[in-house]
Amino acid sequence: MTPSLYTVKKKIAESHDTFSLDLAPRDGSPLITFQPGQFNMLYAFGVGEVPISISGPAPGTSGLIHTIREVGNVTRALHQLKKGATLGLRGPFGSSWPIEEARGKDVVIIAGGIGLAPLRPVIYKLLEQRNQFGNIALLYGTREPNDLLFTKEFEIWRGKYGIQVKITVDTADSNWRGNVGVVTTSIARVSFEPAHTIAMICGPEIMMRYAVLEMKRRGVSEDHIYMTMERNMKCAIGFCGHCQFGPAFICKDGPVFRYDKVKHFFGIREI
Amino acid sequence: MTEKKIIDREGLNQLIKVLLDMGFQVAGPTLRDEAIVYENIQSIKDLPEGWTDEQDGGIYRLKKRSDKALFGYVVGPHSWKKFLHPPERRLWKATLNESDFEIIPEESDPRKFAFLGVRSCELHAIAIQDKVFLEGNHKDPSYQLRRENAFFIAVHCGQAGGTCFCVSMNTGPRAESGFDLALTEVIHDNDHYFVVETGSDRGMDVIKKIPNRKAEAREVEHADSKIAEATAQMGRVLDTTNIKELLYQNLEHPQWDDIANRCLSCANCTMVCPTCFCSTVEDVTDITGDHAERWQKWDSCFTMDFSHLHGGEVRTSTKSRYRQWMTHKLASWQDQFGSSGCVGCGRCITWCPVAIDFTEEVPKICGSENSNTAVTKENEAPHENS
Ligand SMILES: Cc1cc2nc3c(=O)[nH]c(=O)nc-3n(C[C@H](O)[C@H](O)[C@H](O)COP(=O)(O)OP(=O)(O)OC[C@H]3O[C@@H](n4cnc5c(N)ncnc54)[C@H](O)[C@@H]3O)c2cc1C
Ligand code: SF4
Ligand code: SF4
Ligand code: FES
Repeated sequence: MTPSLYTVKKKIAESHDTFSLDLAPRDGSPLITFQPGQFNMLYAFGVGEVPISISGPAPGTSGLIHTIREVGNVTRALHQLKKGATLGLRGPFGSSWPIEEARGKDVVIIAGGIGLAPLRPVIYKLLEQRNQFGNIALLYGTREPNDLLFTKEFEIWRGKYGIQVKITVDTADSNWRGNVGVVTTSIARVSFEPAHTIAMICGPEIMMRYAVLEMKRRGVSEDHIYMTMERNMKCAIGFCGHCQFGPAFICKDGPVFRYDKVKHFFGIREI
Repeated sequence: MTEKKIIDREGLNQLIKVLLDMGFQVAGPTLRDEAIVYENIQSIKDLPEGWTDEQDGGIYRLKKRSDKALFGYVVGPHSWKKFLHPPERRLWKATLNESDFEIIPEESDPRKFAFLGVRSCELHAIAIQDKVFLEGNHKDPSYQLRRENAFFIAVHCGQAGGTCFCVSMNTGPRAESGFDLALTEVIHDNDHYFVVETGSDRGMDVIKKIPNRKAEAREVEHADSKIAEATAQMGRVLDTTNIKELLYQNLEHPQWDDIANRCLSCANCTMVCPTCFCSTVEDVTDITGDHAERWQKWDSCFTMDFSHLHGGEVRTSTKSRYRQWMTHKLASWQDQFGSSGCVGCGRCITWCPVAIDFTEEVPKICGSENSNTAVTKENEAPHENS
C-alpha cells in the first residue's frame, strides 16, 4: 500500500482544465507494463491519492502518461506539480479493453469528455496493427469545443489510418463549424457491421446509457459492448470497499466491464 | 480430535498467565461502561464474573446472574476485528524536500495477541475477513502478521442471546475449527469447570503447561447439553434460501423506502459488525507542511462521503445506503467471497437505535407475496445516476 516514487518528465496542457503528466520511475528503473484501460493511483504529497487512467502511449512521451481533469483537491495539487517534481504512484490496477476480442472486427469507440483518456491507448494499439481490424470509428463528445482533448492527433488518425473520427459538442458559439448535439447522434454517421463490431464506451454514466441503448438498437450484441464504471476509490486493491458496484469491485473486476455482465445493476439508481 | 481435558477456574487463570509469560497480549471480555467489551486482561479477575446480558432490537442490558459464570453472556458491541483490523492505523510517513519527497513505510506491529472467549460466530467472522485481506490477489501484510501471530481460545456458547441467529447462518453455537483451544464452561451443582478441546499443536503445548485432568464422559455430556441449550434458544431466525437471488430481484422493492423512513444512517450496524471491513484513508500534514502521514480508518457505507465522486455522491438517499449494507452482507458478499457476509451474531440488531432487524426485513423484501419483477430498466429512458 506504499506508493513508489515517480518523476514528472513532462507536463502537457491539454485544455483549459485538463493536463497530462508523463512519468518515469525516480530511480531510473524500467517502466511498468500495463494494458489499455488500466489505471494508477497517483499521490500528491500531503494532499491525497486518486485513481487516474493511463492515457498513453502517445507520440513524444515516454509511455506512462496520465491525462487529468482538475476538479478538486488532489487533481489541483497534481496540476501544480512542475517538471522534475516527485509524486507517488501505485499500479497498474484493473481490467483492460478487449483488444484481442476486437481483432478481425469493426471497432466503435465512444468517448465523452475525459473518457477519451483511458481509450487513447486503445487507439494506439489498434493503429499499431491497423490491418488486423476492420472499420474503426471514434465518436467523441464534450460539452464545449474548448473541452476537446488530443485534437491534433485526430487528423493523423483520420488521414493516415482511415479512422472515422466524429466530434460533437453539446453547445458552441457560431465559430464552431462542427456538429452540435449528443455524441450518440453521430453513431448513424459511421459505418460498421453490427454483428461483427466491438464497442468500447467511456464517459459520464448518462452518456454511456444512451450509447449502449443506441448500439443495441443498431444490432450490436450485449456481449460485444464494453464500458467503464467509476466509483470512489481509496485502495485499488479490494480492501477499502468504496468502489463496490453491486457484486463488483471496480478496482479489480473493472473499471472495464462487458455490458451484459453488469447490466442488471447498471439500470438501478444509486446502486 | 484429541481427548478433552478439564481445567478449573484457577486453571483458566494459569492459562492467562502462561500466555502473558509467552509474550502474548491477552485480550478478553471485560466490563466497561455498562457493556461487556474486549480489552486487555491480566487475570480472570478482569472477566465479567456473574454478569449476563439481555439483548433485543435496540436493547442491551446487563444483569446479575445467580451464579459465578465467567462467560455467561453472548457478544457485546466489540468484536475482535478491533485488534486484527484496527479502527485506525498509520500506513506510512513522508517527508518533503523541495519538490522531492521520501516515503517511510510503517514498521510492523510487534504485538502478538491471544484472544480469550472467542465465540463460534466470531471465528467465522475472522475467517470471512481473512478472505478479504489474505485470499485475494493482494495481501494486507500487517493484517497477515497480526492474524498469524494470534492465539485463539474459543468459548462454545452455553446460552444464546435475544438477537442471535447463528444456527440460521451455520456459524454456531459450537466452534468447529479455527481455534487453538476451545472451552465449554460448566456450572453444575457446586462444580465450576471448563471442558477443554485442543485445536492445534500450539494449543496442545499451552495446555500441557497448566494443571488439567482428563474429562470424564459425564462432564463432556454436561458440556454438550449446554451447547444444545444454546442451539434451542436462538433469539432470531433467518431463512437464507435463495437469499441472494431474491435480494437481487428486489432492489427496487418498496420495503427499502419503509426501512429508510426509520433508519438514521448512523453507521452503528457497520461499526459493530464483525465482518464489515471498509476503510478510508486520511492524508495529514504537520504545520510546516514538510511531514505527511497517511492513515487508514474504518469507514461505513452509511456515510455520505463513502460514495463521493466529483460530480456528487452516488448514494445520497438513506434507502440506497441501507440497501448497499444489506445486499452486501447477504447477497453480493457471496459473489465476492463465496460465503455470506453475515454470521448471525445479532449485533446490528441490538445496537440499532431504532431496532431495525435483518431477520424481520428480509422476509418482507424477499417474501413471495411482495417480490416484484425484473429490475433492469433497459427500455426506459436513461437517467442520471451521479
Ligand atoms: C478507474 C478510474 C479512472 C479514472 N481515470 C481518470 C483519468 O484518467 N483522468 C481524470 O481526470 N480523472 C479520472 N478519474 C476520476 C478521478 O479519479 C477523480 O476526478 C479524482 O479522484 C478527483 O479527486 P479530487 O481530489 O481532485 O476531487 P474531490 O472532489 O476534491 O475529491 C475528494 C476525494 O474523493 C475521491 N473522488 C472524487 N471523485 C472521484 C472519482 N471520480 N473517482 C474516484 N474517486 C473520486 C478521491 O478520493 C478524492 O481524493 C478516474 C476515476 C476512476 C475510478
Ligand atoms: S450483519 Fe449483523 S448479525 Fe450479521 S454478522 Fe454483521 S452484525 Fe452480526
Ligand atoms: S460496504 Fe457497508 S456493509 Fe459492506 S463491508 Fe463495507 S461498511 Fe460493511
Ligand atoms: S478501491 Fe478499495 S476496494 Fe476497490
